[in-house]
Amino acid sequence: MQNIYINPEFEVIRNENRCIKCRVCERQCANEVHSYDADLNLLISDETKCVNCQRCVSLCPTKALKIVKNDCRLRENANWSDSTIKEIYKQASSGGVLLSSMGNPNPLPVYWDKILINASQVTNPPIDPLREPMETKVFLGKKPEKVQRDKNGNLICNTPPQLELSMPVMFSAMSYGSISYNAHASLARAATELGILYNTGEGGLHEDFYCYGKNTIVQVASGRFGVHKDYLEAGAAVEIKMGQGAKPGIGGHLPGAKIVGDVSRTRMIPEGSDAISPAPHHDIYSIEDLRQLVFSLKEATEYQKPIIVKVAAVHNIAAIASGIARSGADIIAIDGFRGGTGAAPTRIRDNVGIPIELALASVDSRLREEGIRNNVSLVVGGSIRSASDVVKAIALGADACYIATAAVLALGCHLCRTCQTGKCNWGIATQNPELVKRLNPDIGSQHLINLMTAWKHEIKELMGGMGINSIEALKGNRLMLRGVGLNDRELSILGISHAGE
Amino acid sequence: MKTEGQIRIPSGCAIAAVISKEGNRMSGESITQAMKPMHDRSNGLGGGFAGYGIYPEYKDFYALHMFFDERAVRKNCEVFLKERFEIVKSEIIPTRQIPEITDAPIIWRYFVSPLKSVLSAMQLSEKEFVARTVMKINAEMPGAYVFSSGKNMGAFKAVGFPEDVGVFYKLETYEGYSWTAHGRYPTNTPGWWGGAHPFTLLDYSIVHNGEISSYDANRRYIEMFGYQCTLQTDTEVITYIMDYLLRVQGLTVKEAANVIAAPFWSTIAGKPDVEREKLTYLRTVFSNLLITGPFSIVFGFNGGLMALNDRLKLRSMVVGEKDDKVLIASEEAAIRVMEPEAENIYAPSGGEPVIVKVKEGAY
Amino acid sequence: MKKVYVDEKWCLGCHLCEYNCAFANSGISNMVKALKNKPIYPRVHIEESDKITYAVSCRHCEDPICVKSCISGALSIKDGVICIDHDKCIGCLTCILVCPYGAVAQGENGVVQKCELCLENSCGSPACVAGCPNNAIIYEER
Repeated sequence: MQNIYINPEFEVIRNENRCIKCRVCERQCANEVHSYDADLNLLISDETKCVNCQRCVSLCPTKALKIVKNDCRLRENANWSDSTIKEIYKQASSGGVLLSSMGNPNPLPVYWDKILINASQVTNPPIDPLREPMETKVFLGKKPEKVQRDKNGNLICNTPPQLELSMPVMFSAMSYGSISYNAHASLARAATELGILYNTGEGGLHEDFYCYGKNTIVQVASGRFGVHKDYLEAGAAVEIKMGQGAKPGIGGHLPGAKIVGDVSRTRMIPEGSDAISPAPHHDIYSIEDLRQLVFSLKEATEYQKPIIVKVAAVHNIAAIASGIARSGADIIAIDGFRGGTGAAPTRIRDNVGIPIELALASVDSRLREEGIRNNVSLVVGGSIRSASDVVKAIALGADACYIATAAVLALGCHLCRTCQTGKCNWGIATQNPELVKRLNPDIGSQHLINLMTAWKHEIKELMGGMGINSIEALKGNRLMLRGVGLNDRELSILGISHAGE
Repeated sequence: MKTEGQIRIPSGCAIAAVISKEGNRMSGESITQAMKPMHDRSNGLGGGFAGYGIYPEYKDFYALHMFFDERAVRKNCEVFLKERFEIVKSEIIPTRQIPEITDAPIIWRYFVSPLKSVLSAMQLSEKEFVARTVMKINAEMPGAYVFSSGKNMGAFKAVGFPEDVGVFYKLETYEGYSWTAHGRYPTNTPGWWGGAHPFTLLDYSIVHNGEISSYDANRRYIEMFGYQCTLQTDTEVITYIMDYLLRVQGLTVKEAANVIAAPFWSTIAGKPDVEREKLTYLRTVFSNLLITGPFSIVFGFNGGLMALNDRLKLRSMVVGEKDDKVLIASEEAAIRVMEPEAENIYAPSGGEPVIVKVKEGAY
Repeated sequence: MKKVYVDEKWCLGCHLCEYNCAFANSGISNMVKALKNKPIYPRVHIEESDKITYAVSCRHCEDPICVKSCISGALSIKDGVICIDHDKCIGCLTCILVCPYGAVAQGENGVVQKCELCLENSCGSPACVAGCPNNAIIYEER
């Protein structure tokens, strides 16, 4: 039964003066919004199906199309917003949990936008990155506590395994299954070219991508999909996924419809079966259990690879991170509440977790207070949107950032937030071969390389302005930050002064 | 206005140093004179000196140089010191009343030795104990400030121009094998005696010209190891970094230089295997102790000193030689004052440490 | 010599190449004016079968049968590019019959037209290549 209460969210505006009836829109819309009526010689739209992914808009050769918000609105009510009411209609009709994709879209505070960066004037000189060396290389991993020397007095270079990155940004976990083969190919190729790393997510590693292993983080999540000896050995690091910023406290559910062909083989589960990741790892109910898994993975990889533990930013994150820092893990990845997802219950995505800025600041401070900051490197994600977000994160205390939404945007994602339907018109969050082929990895990887190269230039410009010529001198350098419009409590958690102070 | 410790105060500066490789002792007269031609590099809000080998008769005792705001503070502090140290001598540091230097605090020195019983109770090495005590006094005892705490060395500093500070402290009456000097140009402080340079901890002293851009990264890292950067100055944090690297981690002075002014990765990549591995190790392990932004420093220690510029050489610093002496200064003019016939004058490259040691047994 | 190549792996069958081709060869500067409410006669066309789509245009063969079979001398090879002189073409369509690729077709006015790599129009390089959203059509030296 159709839900008669819900009006189409968008309106397709077709400029008939421009439309040449080429029917590209019709061919390119997997949601079947557009169709050609030969009798009328007109393209017509079924707007109930439109998700505003803008594929048709982008490909229309005469720019005859635009998608606008349907201005047919319910009577205004500051308490009962249009979307809240529609969600009620949906649930009244379906009886189900609401699903959403990508990051929390609600107008909660974005602290990055309330933090400003310093620059040098007079008392010390800014540095021009075009004329002077400017270093962005970082090493992630545990650092030895004490220098050791051999009997001749020479330094013993006893550094535990490290990840070397040409810049402090990595592509964060997106599983093969939730995103397409071509999306993974693009990420793997770009990471290799850039000298950074991408992350397999929890769906295993397609055999075609083992060749990118040096630039791959292999993930072990609660479902243990696709985890086997060769997989663990293939990557440069192993990440234990305890949680995800978009859906802290719950697992994942990749519908059976997406478990086809290579996805099924890579995940090592039967075709058509739902891939359900439990909320907890059922062998980890406490911190001491985590330590066992950390060391199991270290044993399996002969202590050659750093182990990352990824957690969602939740209220008690500082204490949790402190526990992880003592668990033997080499790197902690923290995912903030604005982080993306291929599918999450709407209520969880929009209401659970805390902003990454505050989580990062409190974790970094806590680990320093305990004198264990060197035990681990900190990687943060959950809506790092630009080079300036990266710089602010590093100055707050991160070693590197994870980006995923920004990366899929570079691949063409238009943030329509309907990944869960599997009909991604951009060939990213889909397993439909017709749609997957829309993402040519030659183009995709090049766009990722371009984006990271651009960010690297910008990071260098911002560093140069501060008179800093190496990224390690920026790490935790909170004096380079000032807040605007933040209250004392927020400033004290962030460990920064207000602008003007 | 806020003083050091309440706010971060950037400053420009003049530095100078002289050392005799033979361990010949020189009076403080010459180094005082050397600061005169660099007068314009200071603004009268701080000057100071460190002399090494100046207390041979008390060379086995830590010489604590202290400022007190008032007599009562000194009395209290002495009670505190007596609980921890044997005090073999305590006296006012002799000064000369001159119109250029005013508002002097009470300036005192103690030659002390840690009480063995306290040391064993706290399970600390002697140096660690002294360092912690100094930091405790400076952080927790308002009105008392330890500005020098090494053996057979001492810092002398004040608000004023450095050449006047030398006269004020009668430096011509001291003889040392090594001297460092500093004139300060802070930008927003009313001037506080404790804020002048050199900054010292144990026998380590730093005179510094520059404003480092890595300050908070360095500070937050070093504070993990029990140091408290109460003054919020570059000099303070650099001193603590050197103390941590040399005394706690046991690096050599050269290795420490490779940490704080680490070679660029591209330079490291071009080194032979062993060297490359070592430099990579130091830079990776102590990444947060890399100092960026302009600086020229002279780091003094018992038996030697090191002069070092930031990696890009954003501050002037020249080195010259004369006989057994090595002379260092922000400007050549200062070297010419000390030794008009100085030879081999050159400007070390950015990040290239100049390490001079007195021959063994001569100090 | 640079030629147009197609990789069916990336061809989406969107037909944009056809419209870009027709527009490029229309001599009109506005696509709407050039193509609206008119049948189009592109020199590239999409062939589709069993979910495979492929943009077909002249291969510029080294030993072209079409040129050999042209009875009026309208087809010729210039610097490797097979060109057609519309004034000489008499519309016998022999070339269409002999082309093994189906890359030659009858144009709007009855004479034959074919891909000339946009070298003769204002684009200067193939418009199908520039407009392909997925790099399925490429113009390169092989």
